[in-house]
Amino acid sequence: MAFFIQNLVNGISLGSLYALLAIGYTMVYGILRLINFAHGDIFMLGAYLSFYVMTLTSLPWWLAFLIATILTGILGIVLERTAYAPLRQEARINVLISAIGASFLLENLAILVFGGRPQPFPVPEVLDRSIKVGQVSFNIIQVVIPIVTAVLLLVLHFVVNKTKTGMAMRALATDYEASDLMGININLIISVTFLIGSLLAAVGGILYACRYPQLLPLMGMMPGIKCFIAAVIGGIGNMTGAVVGGMILGMAEIMIVGFLPSLNDYRDGFAFIILILILIIKPTGLFGSTAKEKV
Amino acid sequence: MKKLLSLMLALVMVFGLTACGSPGEKKPDKTEAPEKTEAPAAEKETPAAKEEKDEKAEDDKSASSDSDVIKIGVFEPFTGAAASGGELTYEGIELAYAEVPEILGKKIELVKVDNKSDQVEASNAAQRLVDKDKVNAVIGSYGSSNSMAGGPVFQEAKVPAVGCSPTNPMVTKGNPYYFRVCFIDPFQGSVMANFAINQLGAKTAATVKDISSDYSVGLVKNFVDAFKAANGDDSIVSEASYKTGDQDFTSQLNNVKQANPDVIFCPGNYGECALMIKQARDLDIDAPMLGGDTWESPDFIKIGGENINKEVYFSSHFTSEKPLNDVSEAFLKTYKDKFNKDANAFAALGYDAYMVVIDAIKRADSADPQAIRDALAETKNFIGATGTISLDAEGDAVKSAVINQVKDNAFVYLQTIEPESK
Amino acid sequence: MRRSQVFSRKNILGLLIFTAILVLINFLPLDNYYRKIINLSYIYITLALSLNLINGYTGLFSLGHYGFMAIGAYTTAILTMPPEAKDAYYNIEPIYEWLKNFNMPLIPALIVSGILAAILGFLIALPVLRLNDDYLAIASMGFAEIILVLIRTQFRITNGALGLKGIPRVDSYYLYGGVALVMIIFMLLLTNSTKGKSLVAIREDEIAARSVGINAYLYKVISFTIGSFWAGVGGGLMAVMVGTVNQMQFTFQLTFNILLIVVLGGMGKIWGTVVAAVIVTSALELMRFLDEPMNFGIFQDGLPGLRMVVFSLLLMIVVIGRTKLKGRKSRA
Repeated sequence: MAFFIQNLVNGISLGSLYALLAIGYTMVYGILRLINFAHGDIFMLGAYLSFYVMTLTSLPWWLAFLIATILTGILGIVLERTAYAPLRQEARINVLISAIGASFLLENLAILVFGGRPQPFPVPEVLDRSIKVGQVSFNIIQVVIPIVTAVLLLVLHFVVNKTKTGMAMRALATDYEASDLMGININLIISVTFLIGSLLAAVGGILYACRYPQLLPLMGMMPGIKCFIAAVIGGIGNMTGAVVGGMILGMAEIMIVGFLPSLNDYRDGFAFIILILILIIKPTGLFGSTAKEKV
Repeated sequence: MKKLLSLMLALVMVFGLTACGSPGEKKPDKTEAPEKTEAPAAEKETPAAKEEKDEKAEDDKSASSDSDVIKIGVFEPFTGAAASGGELTYEGIELAYAEVPEILGKKIELVKVDNKSDQVEASNAAQRLVDKDKVNAVIGSYGSSNSMAGGPVFQEAKVPAVGCSPTNPMVTKGNPYYFRVCFIDPFQGSVMANFAINQLGAKTAATVKDISSDYSVGLVKNFVDAFKAANGDDSIVSEASYKTGDQDFTSQLNNVKQANPDVIFCPGNYGECALMIKQARDLDIDAPMLGGDTWESPDFIKIGGENINKEVYFSSHFTSEKPLNDVSEAFLKTYKDKFNKDANAFAALGYDAYMVVIDAIKRADSADPQAIRDALAETKNFIGATGTISLDAEGDAVKSAVINQVKDNAFVYLQTIEPESK
Repeated sequence: MRRSQVFSRKNILGLLIFTAILVLINFLPLDNYYRKIINLSYIYITLALSLNLINGYTGLFSLGHYGFMAIGAYTTAILTMPPEAKDAYYNIEPIYEWLKNFNMPLIPALIVSGILAAILGFLIALPVLRLNDDYLAIASMGFAEIILVLIRTQFRITNGALGLKGIPRVDSYYLYGGVALVMIIFMLLLTNSTKGKSLVAIREDEIAARSVGINAYLYKVISFTIGSFWAGVGGGLMAVMVGTVNQMQFTFQLTFNILLIVVLGGMGKIWGTVVAAVIVTSALELMRFLDEPMNFGIFQDGLPGLRMVVFSLLLMIVVIGRTKLKGRKSRA
């Protein structure tokens, strides 16, 4: 039993991290029908920026984290304006290529600026402590992560469902052209979407760095792809779906190894196998509505 | 039209950039024009290269053994996954070069190429060293797979290469032109198994390996063999794996915890391993964690945090704490003077690799690559910073290993283990 | 459309120039370093054309090319390595006995590599090509990653993380250039046939193509399978060029390099791709200096990564710049 609960705790903290990132994918995809390949790299930049703000200034860690998060959010907007906005009316394949180009650009810029070797991340002491409850042991950060995720989700839920901007975002996701005709400022709303997605990615990056205190220029690549898969599992475009998808993926990675140790060597393939199964069985994901094909 | 435009754009950018770094302009022709042979030789300037420019120009075509310069290629990863290993090694090579900048009355020139921790790149880089730079000998590379990609090129060109820290047995196997100054994986794996059994009194062990790393897979295999030979087939109670780049090991570690082993053997990249040790201690696993020479990095301690000090042991080539001999003592001192930090094993191996090559050139009394190779193969009881080096028939160094422990955020020397006499 | 387009003046001229270069280059006194870059260019021509068939002509956005290359590289390696080499290098677990003595000359080995990659490509295409662009991109990448997971874990076939060495190396221009030439002719014939035109029709407007009776799904599967075949051959060529194979060399970066060539050369353009392959391959090598210590003033220590920054920028500038010039096109 303790074994199961231990895995459950580990799965929830991993799943929450995936969820934070998956939301960014889902929001952008919902509105622009675009896989933001660079989303994982925004996540990486969030982690690096917080490191640099923390070490270059003598600000307290929480303030440093806040500043880094905002900076990353702004970077997200810049990314959209430079790499995606000029191609908005273009064939999808061109936008995808640009997205991949942007992703490679950010990764290699990171190698250039931050250096290629792993950078130890100084975790604030408050967030790094081993805790033991009965037979279950964990680090305090593993509890902080799900809490932060939950709070952010509530805030996001409020923004999307109760504010005017949120309404415009939903309108844009439902019908792009009609929203344009209705006088919605499309550029603004898209910028806001990227801002929110990038803020969440930055928070995700910082929490990730606190949990796994090693920064690498390519650290966003695999989590990025996995979180896109999480978004697809949940039904891309659907926020609840993204959270559930993230949780399912995090749990699956922990539980399959836990209960079927012989599959350990194949762990890397789990996410992709789940993705392919979902795409064959229910391409719209668990919570997705049927997509309509525009002629 | 579109195509033309984009191609023009590409051409302008690519060749604009190429041209600004090179004196020899290349014609933007779609054919592989012969002009390329004139491509600049001045791309990789080392300190010495600047003074040697004149000789270098003439030197390009002639056989290198007749010239006034002896070129030693440094074949290391300076970018990519293994970059830090390459940088550390180069520090040692630089130090050795500063000590012995010339031999047989000729100046030595270091030619540095980046193999980018990638196979095709490594093969190209090696080719460039032997064909374009016409080096007399090569030092490198950190990362066995990089060395293996360069191996056939050096063999074909009959240029000897001396590896600093590639520990995979396949590097030198079947390649009479590849040597190394470090011990190999089977030795390292069995050293740790014996240490676990004799010093830690372990009856059972768990292993966690990086399935995408030849180093980790090789060490674990040899550890398991040695451990089973001593404690029986059931003594390995759990075997888990992960892949380079993974950050979360909690599920594997939870399985290990269930099996309750006396020791955990988990060699791999220092980054992943530090995270793993941290997570293991968070999970309340208190078995000693054992690893190999890659752990010797200051960042290993920083990433692991406080938890890294709890029962962590690893094998290495060298310790900065207890000089093995006079050479080692001198090396430690000059290193500290120059870089203002304690020396590490990779720098020491880089230093030794350079000195072994110099020694071979001296004994061969020639800068001819073939003569250097033959002299290298004869290397016996060479006193280096990492101990006494003798090369066996495969070209591998037979030498002692040391075991270090992490204590108070530093590497503490525990003991030296002599090689088994074959 | 003119009937004799395969033998248009441009194509004939192109083929003549290509063949002339292939033959004449042997008379140049080039050292192995340049020979290697030239051979690598030839391999990239083959690979880029195969990706162009999938991406450019059929409009399928596949990112999984590196998986098929890995299959091809390992197959060629295992089939051409002498049994003694296999005995010597499989030192974690021995190779399967039946595989050990399974040997063949290079050309058949390359064809087998291609066929294996094609079979796998076909199996992957069946489910994946029912998806639209974005899902296809991720799913194809997912399959490539699964292939690599299998390569890493099947020690008795692939030697796992240790990789393979002792593959007999070949450095004849005729091998690499010859394969590239075959590929170019193949592409010229294919794209000028009715079938090739159907592919373009699917790319331009799948629904319209379907409505004139083109079995779009079937054509996509065929295109993907053929592309995989050539990716496998290209991977095999890479293995015999370097002489070693390691799972670490097959990363997304490889697909990126090839995609860069396709985009620079022009989606659906054969000669553009050929020229771009040569330029990008040479530039990748010539631009090494960007990452290395430079001598003029400001940057003393070299800038690792700068090379790829330039290439990613180039890719984006071309994609964005080209569409700016072309004017607006309706949203797909």
